[in-house]
Amino acid sequence: MNRYPMWKYLLIAVTLIAALLYALPNLYGESPAVQISAAKSTTKVDAATRKTALDTLAAANIPTDGVFPDATSLKVRFKDTDAQIKAKDLIQTALGENYIVALNLLPQTPSWLAAIGGKPMFLGLDLRGGVHFLLEVDMKAAVDKQLEKVAGDIRRELKDRKIRYGRVARDRDSVTVQLRDAATVSATAGAIRRVLPDLSIQEVSRDGDYRVVVSFTPAMQTKLKNDAVAQNITTLHNRVNELGVAEPIIQQQGEGRIVVQLPGVQDTAKAKDILGRTATLEVRMVDDDQARLQAALSGDVPAGYELVPMAGVRAGMTQSILLKKEVELTGDNITKAEPSYDQNNNPVISMGLDSAGASIFRTLTAENIGKGMAIVLVEKGKGQVITAPRINAQLGGSFVIEGGGMTVQEANDIALLVRAGSLAAPMNIVEERTIGPSLGKENIQKGFHSTMYGFIAIAIFMMLYYRLFGVVSTLALGANLLFLVALLSAIGITLTLPGIAAIALALGMAIDSNVLVNERIREELRNGMSPQAAIQNGYGHAWATILDSNITTLIAGIALFIFGSGAVRGFAVVHCLGILTSMYSAVFVSRGIVNLIYGYRRRLSSVSIGQVWVPHQEKQA
Amino acid sequence: MEFFRIKHDIPFMSYGRLTTAISLITFIVAVFFLGYKGLNFGVEFTGGTVIELRYQQPADLGQVRVAVEQLKYGESQVQALGTTRDVMVRLPNIKTKTSAQLSNEVMSVLKQQRADVELRKVEFIGPSVGEELVTHGLTALILVCLGIIAYLAIRFEWRFAVSAVIANMHDVVIILGCFAFFQWEFSLTVLAGVLAVLGYSVNESVVVFDRIRENFRKPNMRGRSVPSIIDNAITATMSRTIITHGSTEAMVLSMLVMGGPALHGFAMALTIGIVFGIYSSVLVASPLLLMFGVTRENMIKPVTVKEEAVV
Repeated sequence: MNRYPMWKYLLIAVTLIAALLYALPNLYGESPAVQISAAKSTTKVDAATRKTALDTLAAANIPTDGVFPDATSLKVRFKDTDAQIKAKDLIQTALGENYIVALNLLPQTPSWLAAIGGKPMFLGLDLRGGVHFLLEVDMKAAVDKQLEKVAGDIRRELKDRKIRYGRVARDRDSVTVQLRDAATVSATAGAIRRVLPDLSIQEVSRDGDYRVVVSFTPAMQTKLKNDAVAQNITTLHNRVNELGVAEPIIQQQGEGRIVVQLPGVQDTAKAKDILGRTATLEVRMVDDDQARLQAALSGDVPAGYELVPMAGVRAGMTQSILLKKEVELTGDNITKAEPSYDQNNNPVISMGLDSAGASIFRTLTAENIGKGMAIVLVEKGKGQVITAPRINAQLGGSFVIEGGGMTVQEANDIALLVRAGSLAAPMNIVEERTIGPSLGKENIQKGFHSTMYGFIAIAIFMMLYYRLFGVVSTLALGANLLFLVALLSAIGITLTLPGIAAIALALGMAIDSNVLVNERIREELRNGMSPQAAIQNGYGHAWATILDSNITTLIAGIALFIFGSGAVRGFAVVHCLGILTSMYSAVFVSRGIVNLIYGYRRRLSSVSIGQVWVPHQEKQA
Repeated sequence: MEFFRIKHDIPFMSYGRLTTAISLITFIVAVFFLGYKGLNFGVEFTGGTVIELRYQQPADLGQVRVAVEQLKYGESQVQALGTTRDVMVRLPNIKTKTSAQLSNEVMSVLKQQRADVELRKVEFIGPSVGEELVTHGLTALILVCLGIIAYLAIRFEWRFAVSAVIANMHDVVIILGCFAFFQWEFSLTVLAGVLAVLGYSVNESVVVFDRIRENFRKPNMRGRSVPSIIDNAITATMSRTIITHGSTEAMVLSMLVMGGPALHGFAMALTIGIVFGIYSSVLVASPLLLMFGVTRENMIKPVTVKEEAVV
């Protein structure tokens, strides 16, 4: 009766082997590497980049230990740090400043393990050192900014339509237009509805009180806020790229917060400086005079002009454009840049300007029909032309840029770049953490030691107290640790110091299930049951209790996960996983081992579970 | 080897009045210290900047304190962090300065004094984050309680659920009381520890309750009174309780000793929580159960309903 069907043993064996494989990458160390990624959103790391980098290394006789390309970057591994540092400098010189070459550490996971998805646990900042920022996007400012724009748009529209209006004022979360009579109220509402269809418009016409109140619908507000966060994240990405951090993490957290984690960075001041800086976007006029362009290309740039390179040059296009130095508009005036389609279904970029921008733009385009204008992104003090469309007609506050055979992807990229130029809303740093690398190493060591000594203490006690069953319990506990580590590595959960604490605690709590089972078996034996029946009943009775107690613990773990942030969350994830693995290993795996030991003995007169003390025997003795 | 050679059931329930009195007193004392001294909230809750430093040679805290006070940041704290070489400096939020500026200023002053100082960690938390953490922490606490009540009410009966949760809250309040009394820092990891205790300690009550339910159903226990059935359940699970908690405690103590300052608060919360967890599940939850008037019928009824549902 204490026998498992074959498939159960197989399942245990398979899960154990899988766990072993996926936990294995943690045993290999890390080796120095160089990571190449694009410094600007317009450059890409491709086969050509790879060739340049590898040729440079070959020419300098620096042996590599593997090349690992991924979606956005290229990593080259080396045998030692000397080679790594030399290689970094060489590659940086060879590739130029369009690329970031950063020092990194790569796991030495053998390729056969990597092929099945094996990777070591991803360590959190508190374990490997670095900077952590929590930025809060000022949502009120984002909405206010948009409301100001709406007010401007309304003024312009009413002027255009020659509707007489009184005051256009922004209140807390709405824009109020004061009007003279009922007729203008409906005319105004109609006009606003035409240009700004997504807004909620409320007409008021009572004696002596005529006004139109415009506000954002809740859906619109949510969209505004989401866009603001998304745009700020994009901008942050561009800026972080400049820092040359190997694996930055930039994520939204909650409604209006952004986490930025920069492993390995120690200089917070510099990091903050760069994160807080604004990249600018400029609209400037193109000079079409061929003679002047030729002169400029040959090195003689006329005064008042500047030769600006095109970003992401497509085949057959000019490399650089001659621009006038005057800046006509800046990115602050641009309110919208979205990819869309024209009537012929060609991809275009639909742009929006605020009222000030629109009036400048109207004059500019009226005077320059037929000429080219350029949108320039200024990063690190250097300009780059994102797009240079020709002005076909007088344009107002919203217009489209036709790219002349632009692909959908390009339209997306350009729209993103235009948007990314500036922050949608100001951000404040609400949390900041710097962890030195030595502290990180120490944390790992301390966490590891406390788990190890705790485990050893428990193992010794269990084996002394429960003998063979104690050995089985220890094996099950070991299996639990293995499953947990494998799971954490395979899923790619970030391990933090509280996470290590959770592993230790998971082991300390997992032993509960084993103790329950062992005590129960002893009790059944004490009541005079045969060994086989005692094992059977012991596991059977204990199971209900184990399930109940683990589920209540799991409830607490899940609540921690939902409501916790940062440290608490890191703890909760591991805690919950630990409960699941402990149920599997303490009940299923340990039973499997016990069955293998005792289940196939025909006449079992005793089991090794330590001394079973029976009250009556003592009385007789 | 068997540690627990108990011949007869220990009449825990007859000590009910005594144990309830003890619990009540410890509870009131804990609440008193919580109110009187309050928790020493960590920087995550209060906002501010914490700087951790390490010296090559043992540091002179007095010197460091003088240096930090020279900067006139207001209420600052300088304390040792585990060893004589590790020092923690805690500064309040200053509106005009960023934490990077603060830490740079502190470092430059300290560097002048002693060149062997190394910056280990800077942590800055804005004031808005703290409030949110407190509300989230409380929500989590309430949610855990409700979740556990719901689960136990379904699996057992409402009397069991309510007694278990009261017993647990008793543990939580005592842990908080200890933190208030000794003015240990109450950080986010300590909160995690406290909530973990909540889950863990219920575990304990569940084991005893399971046994009580089993006893109610046993034919040979039919003639016995409810208190004696509870006594029997507690006595039967006694050995397991001590061994399990001993094992968990061994792990937690190992964390307390080896884990360094970062895990100290967490391990401390668990250490206290586990000790009181044993006590409360046996001597608080069970008398409460009796007080709520649990009877055999309470337990038998839902089972028959359940079996019908299965068939």
